[in-house]
Amino acid sequence: MSDYRTEELLIEVIARLLDGVENIAVGVLSPIPGSAAILAQSRAGGPENVRVSVIGAKLPGYRTDGGIDLFDQAAQGRLGAFFLSGGQIDGAGNINLLGVGDYPGAEARWSGSFGSAFLYSLVPRVILFREEHTPRTLVEKVDFISAAGSNAPNVYRPGGPHALVTNRCLFMFDKARGRFRLESVHPGESVESVRDNTGFDFECPAEVPETPAPDAATLKAIRQDIAPKIADPYPKFAAEVLGYTAPGRAAE
Amino acid sequence: MTDPKILPDVETLAARISDGAKLAIFKDNGVAMEATRALIRRGARDLHIVTVPTSAFQAELMVAAGIVGTIETSGVTMWELGQASAFVRAVRTGAVRILDSTCPAIYSQIQAGEKGIPFIPIRGLIGSDILTVRDDYKVIDNPFGPNDEADPIVALPAIRPDVALFHAPKADRAGNVFVGGQLELKTIAHAALKSYVTVEEIVEDSLMEDEGSGGVTIPAMYITGIALAPKGAWPLPMPGYYPGDIDYLVRYCQAARSEQGLAAWLASEGLGPRAAPQGGSRMRTAAE
Repeated sequence: MSDYRTEELLIEVIARLLDGVENIAVGVLSPIPGSAAILAQSRAGGPENVRVSVIGAKLPGYRTDGGIDLFDQAAQGRLGAFFLSGGQIDGAGNINLLGVGDYPGAEARWSGSFGSAFLYSLVPRVILFREEHTPRTLVEKVDFISAAGSNAPNVYRPGGPHALVTNRCLFMFDKARGRFRLESVHPGESVESVRDNTGFDFECPAEVPETPAPDAATLKAIRQDIAPKIADPYPKFAAEVLGYTAPGRAAE
Repeated sequence: MTDPKILPDVETLAARISDGAKLAIFKDNGVAMEATRALIRRGARDLHIVTVPTSAFQAELMVAAGIVGTIETSGVTMWELGQASAFVRAVRTGAVRILDSTCPAIYSQIQAGEKGIPFIPIRGLIGSDILTVRDDYKVIDNPFGPNDEADPIVALPAIRPDVALFHAPKADRAGNVFVGGQLELKTIAHAALKSYVTVEEIVEDSLMEDEGSGGVTIPAMYITGIALAPKGAWPLPMPGYYPGDIDYLVRYCQAARSEQGLAAWLASEGLGPRAAPQGGSRMRTAAE
């Protein structure tokens, strides 16, 4: 077994969650989901089979016709997977990108809800990704619902949470119950360490497996094939995490 | 022959944007930073900015300089450089009024403005507290839905900005403006009552005659005024012309963490403090 970084484990976890998706879009500030999307694309046989749009990338193959086009794709059902995060994520799958305390952010104010309120409702496989797994980020109830985890049955809702990936574990979202289920714990973590660091209750099977580590071939693909691609638009991530510096660009 | 809408300079352009105007600005590769600085230098006040659909340094700087009364946005952030400190402080203290939204809602509202219709329905959003804090966003029943079954859907009011302000690669002498891949700029210009544009260069040949550039060019009929502003997006990037000035933006972010640091930074950039009293004024300038 080769050594790997947590980021590489998370890339592997997310790539598996993307299996079977034909059109994946990756939003801003998302180097790990972006790398995972490119890995999933590569495993599926390349761009002929899976389309990946990385927002902010200048590479023509990763571009859309712009923001309006991306949201229209989602509304029409053309987009299979997207990633969202949250300053707070609660046990019902609600996410908060806006702030803490009374509106508009008496205790903390973040940047805003971006496209979440729309994409969460319409993209079938939304993967929640938040590296920090603490009671501060994973709360019983969010202070502001930027985007709701579920809706009443009469609301048109083809999309929603599929999974929540953190640096401690993988949760799957149980749509029928509207709650998370612990799927696997990453190496070095346990059900207890996950429970101690989670502010909400979750379903927990009697046996929870360990998250499978990336194999040698996957690590090689991430470092050799994925890194040069994710270096646009994430040169710092490619260099510091995956050890890749684009030709002509000095290491920082 | 030069169209009269080509203005002598950026200061003249900024003087035409009235205090209190509903001003639409664009998120990325089309940001009129030199014109923004000119607005600050002329002491603009109480602007209602609509970020289409988000903003970074532009909205942050406008808020920092105290020229914003209301901000309608899906998010203001300095992205990988961190939070937009002046924005965060102004929202928390109530120094600016915030209208929180979500990206596709703002795009749709601008598209409704473009179409001349009063409102536009949009999927999603139901269950979000955005609907709680925005009483102008309504949930209606889909009038074309199946019989006997409610199909709730959100209705958003159209946005017709008083002014759209953006930066583009080039204009021609007839006042046509090439926007290249930034297709949303066309939508914004269509929706706005007036559009003021700064450009990297003014070219002699018609941008409309060439089929390649004509399709990604805003016709002069939508353009109110153009000013030449080389490096007009600086410190933000202008693809094909120059990269962003990351060091400058990092220095700004560090200074803006405290109010004192921000005030010193603004003074050193010739962007403040303003002599006139702050806030709340609905006075119009004589410029328009």
